[in-house]
Amino acid sequence: MLKLAKTALMTDTIVLEQPREAYEEQAIPATRVRGYWQSVFYRLRHDPVTLFFGAIVLLIVLAAICAPLIAPFDPFKESIVGRLKPFGWRGHPLGTDELGRDMLSRLIYGGRVSLMMGVVPVLIASLIGGLLGVVGGFVGGRTNTAIMRTMDVFYAFPSVLLAVAIAGAMGGGMANGMLALTLVFIPPMCRVAETATTQIRALDFIEAARASGARTTTIIRYHVLGNVLGPVFIYASSLISVSILLASGLSFLGLGVRPPVPDWGLMLSTLRQSIYVVPFVCALPGCAIFITSICCNLVSDGLRAAMDVRM
Amino acid sequence: MSALVHDPRDRGGLQQPMLIARDLRKHFPVKGSGGKSVQAVDGVSFTVGKGETLGVVGESGCGKSTLARLMLHLVKPDAGELVFDGDPVGVATGIAVDALRRQVQMVFQDSYSSLNPRMPVRDSVAFGPFVQGKRKDEARGIARDMLGKVGLDPGLFGPRYPHELSGGQKQRVNIARALATGPRMVILDEPVSALDKSIEAQVLNLLRALKRQFNLTYVFISHDLNVVQYLSDRVLVMYLGRAVEIGPIEVIFGRPRHPYTRALLASRPSMNPAQRIEEPPITGDPPNPIDPPSGCRFHTRCPFAEKVCETTDPALGALQDPHSHMVACHIHDPLSGHSRYGSA
Repeated sequence: MLKLAKTALMTDTIVLEQPREAYEEQAIPATRVRGYWQSVFYRLRHDPVTLFFGAIVLLIVLAAICAPLIAPFDPFKESIVGRLKPFGWRGHPLGTDELGRDMLSRLIYGGRVSLMMGVVPVLIASLIGGLLGVVGGFVGGRTNTAIMRTMDVFYAFPSVLLAVAIAGAMGGGMANGMLALTLVFIPPMCRVAETATTQIRALDFIEAARASGARTTTIIRYHVLGNVLGPVFIYASSLISVSILLASGLSFLGLGVRPPVPDWGLMLSTLRQSIYVVPFVCALPGCAIFITSICCNLVSDGLRAAMDVRM
Repeated sequence: MSALVHDPRDRGGLQQPMLIARDLRKHFPVKGSGGKSVQAVDGVSFTVGKGETLGVVGESGCGKSTLARLMLHLVKPDAGELVFDGDPVGVATGIAVDALRRQVQMVFQDSYSSLNPRMPVRDSVAFGPFVQGKRKDEARGIARDMLGKVGLDPGLFGPRYPHELSGGQKQRVNIARALATGPRMVILDEPVSALDKSIEAQVLNLLRALKRQFNLTYVFISHDLNVVQYLSDRVLVMYLGRAVEIGPIEVIFGRPRHPYTRALLASRPSMNPAQRIEEPPITGDPPNPIDPPSGCRFHTRCPFAEKVCETTDPALGALQDPHSHMVACHIHDPLSGHSRYGSA
C-alpha cells in the first residue's frame, strides 16, 4: 500500500519534471472556427420567430416581384357594375374597389411600390449617411462638427413633417417621395455610423495600423468599415418599416404616388370614404401595411439579436 | 548586443545610437481651462543604443505611453527632435515618418483592443506587410511565419478571431504583428502588465528570444520594476513628464541616486523578511500634470526637499561614477547649495 502511494507520488514528480515546453500555453482543442457572418447565420438559423417572419417578408417580396404572374386580374381594369363588392364576388377573392378593380391584384401590385418606397430610400440613405458618418467620425475635429451639426438641423424637424414638407415643396410623384424619404433618413443613419466609428477609432488596433504605415483610406477600408457595417445594417433594417409607413402616409396625403398606380397608402386614402359600404375591403390596404411593417420590424429585431454580439 | 550580425539597413554603424531623443515635449491642451495643458512629456532626452533594451519606468500618468507614441510620431511632438540611426525624423533632409514606421514598431498594452475583432488574427498580422507593399499572398506567408515564431500554430490559430484567444495568445499575436514588417526597433508599451504572472514570464522569455533572433532594439515601458530589471540594459525613470534618472540597469537598481527612484525601488515588496525597507515611503498621489509644481517637480513628495528644490528646476546631469549615470536632483549638484550634497 505504502509502496503504491510512493509510486504514484513518483509519477507526479516525473510529470512535474517535463520540459518547459509542456507548460507553454496549451492550444485550445481544435473547434470549428466560425467567422463573424457565419456565426450570425448560425444564430439566425436557430431563431424560429425571426425565420417565420422572415418567410412572410420573403413571401410578400416574391409576390411583388412576380405580380404579373400571380395577380388574377388586371389591376387597372375598371368596371361600373362591379364597384365596392365584398369578398368573393364573381371570382374576386378580396372584392373590388371604388372603381371596380380587383383588390387582390391591386394589393399585389401595390406591394411593388410600397416595398420600393420602403427599401430604396433606406438603401441610399445608408450609403450616403453611413459614408458621411464614417468619414466624420474617423477624421474628427472640425469636419465632424460640420457634418454632425448639419445633421442636427434636420433632426430639429419631426421626420413625418420633414418628409411631408420636402415632398410637398417638390411636388408629388414616386421619385420625389423617395427623395424626401432619403433626406429624412440620412441624419439618423449618419449618426449611427458616426457613433460606431468614433468608438472604433479610439481602439489600439487603429493606432497599430497607423504605426504600420497605413493611409487613412486603407485603415477605413480594412479596419473601420467591417466594424461599422453591423450597426448600420441593423439600424437600416429597422428603418424599412418606418419607410413603408412614411411612404404610405405620403401617398395617403396625395404627396406620393399618383393614381391610378396601385399603392397601399393611396388605396387606403381613396377607399376611406367607402368604409361603411364594404368595411373589410377598405381595411385591406391598411392590413397589408401593418403586416409588412411589423414583419420587417420583427426580422430586424432578430437580426439585431444575431449580429449585436460582443466579440 | 550582437555586433556580428550586420543589418544592411544599418547606416550609422554600431556606435551610432538607434534613436536619439532630444528635449521631446508634448502638451495636450485641456478644453475650457483657459489655455492650460497637460504636460504629458516635458523635455525628455535620452538615447537608445543599437541592440540594447531601454527600460522606461514611472508611476501611472507620468507620460510613459505618450513618450512611446512620440517615438513613432503617432502623436506629433510640440518640440524636440528625434534622430533615428543618424537621420533626423520628419525633416526634409532626414528620414520620413513613413520610413521610420517601417523600422520601428510598437506592441500595445491592451491586447484585446489592439486587434481588430472582425478580422482573423492572421489577417491582422498580414496587414502591416500588406500596406507596406507586399502582395496579399506574400503577406499571408509572412503572417504564417511570424505566428509560428511567437509560438502559435498558424494553422490552428491563424483563422481565429481575437475573442477566441486567451490574453497571452492575443499578446503573442500582437508581437507577431509588430515583427511582421521586419522592424529594427520595437517599442513595448506595458506588453505584459495585463497578463497573468505565469503567462507574463512566458511572454518575457519570448521577447528575449525574439530580440536575439531578429537582432532587435527594445524600448520597454513598464511600471513593474521586476520586469524591467529582467529585460533591460539601461533604465529611464520618469516622473511627471520629466526624466529624473537614467543609467545602466545595475547602477539604477544597485545604487539609485534620485529620491524618487529610491522610493520606487523601496516600494517593491521585499522577498527577504529580514531585509527591512529603510527608505522613507513615498506618500500621496503625483501632482496634477496640468499644474506641475515649481522647481523640482518631485519636491512636494520628496523627503529631502529644501528651499532650492522649490525654486530651481534641477537639470539632468551626469554623475562622476559611472559617467553614463545621469540624475536630475539638487542633492547631487555641488553648486545647488542643497545641505545634503554628497550625503546620498
